[in-house]
Amino acid sequence: MTPSAACCAAESTISPKALTVQYYALLREQAGRREEALTTSAPTPRELYAELAARYPFTLTPEVLRVAINGEFSEWSTPLAAGDAVVFIPPVAGG
Amino acid sequence: MAAFRFSRTALDVAALRAELADPACGGYAAFEGWVRDHNEGEHVRRLEYEAFEALAVREGERIIAAARERFGVAHALCAHRVGELGIGELAVWVGVSAAHRDEAFRACRFIIDEVKHRVPIWKKEHYVGGDSGWVNCERCAAPGAESGAHAHERSR
Repeated sequence: MTPSAACCAAESTISPKALTVQYYALLREQAGRREEALTTSAPTPRELYAELAARYPFTLTPEVLRVAINGEFSEWSTPLAAGDAVVFIPPVAGG
Repeated sequence: MAAFRFSRTALDVAALRAELADPACGGYAAFEGWVRDHNEGEHVRRLEYEAFEALAVREGERIIAAARERFGVAHALCAHRVGELGIGELAVWVGVSAAHRDEAFRACRFIIDEVKHRVPIWKKEHYVGGDSGWVNCERCAAPGAESGAHAHERSR
């Protein structure tokens, strides 16, 4: 990657962006809502979760969660983009 | 109809089973998961299931496609309840039809194990004493719980 490309990529990920977060199960109860629209400077889901955990009494640590962006499993390090729909997935218990 | 689906009402096993009928199949295996009245020493009164349905259906379809590919079975279906369930109710149903019984049994087992392990579905238990808890979530939240070290995919 050229220096200028690195600069622009970094810039686009840290500028504030509007996105939505949906909550399920224990996270839904602890956040007191099913979803919300917010504006964040968090570059990736990792920082976004930390930001939300400072606001809500979340007891689950990122180590036990998975993350989904726009309806598909994603990585904690995936850059967030404006308009993304983010879901933090607590340990599952189907069946 | 989708091979993995959710239902807010009681599952119709006869209708689900009929979808698997095939003159080329000589074996059919099914698994039913029922709501049990106890778990880890607690008396359970009822359950509540919740799912991230868009992703759950996608992941469920991938599991069923993998089962068909891996075991060579002809047809496979999984239906899961969401909402409030009472003791004894059918919570999840898996059915498989195949030329022979061995692959039908194996594919059925594979599907239910994978569904429990990785499909975004959550279960809240309501206990006789009035307490409640999200299965697999309350323990990791307990102070001193070793983060990430314990298995969430523990077979129940």
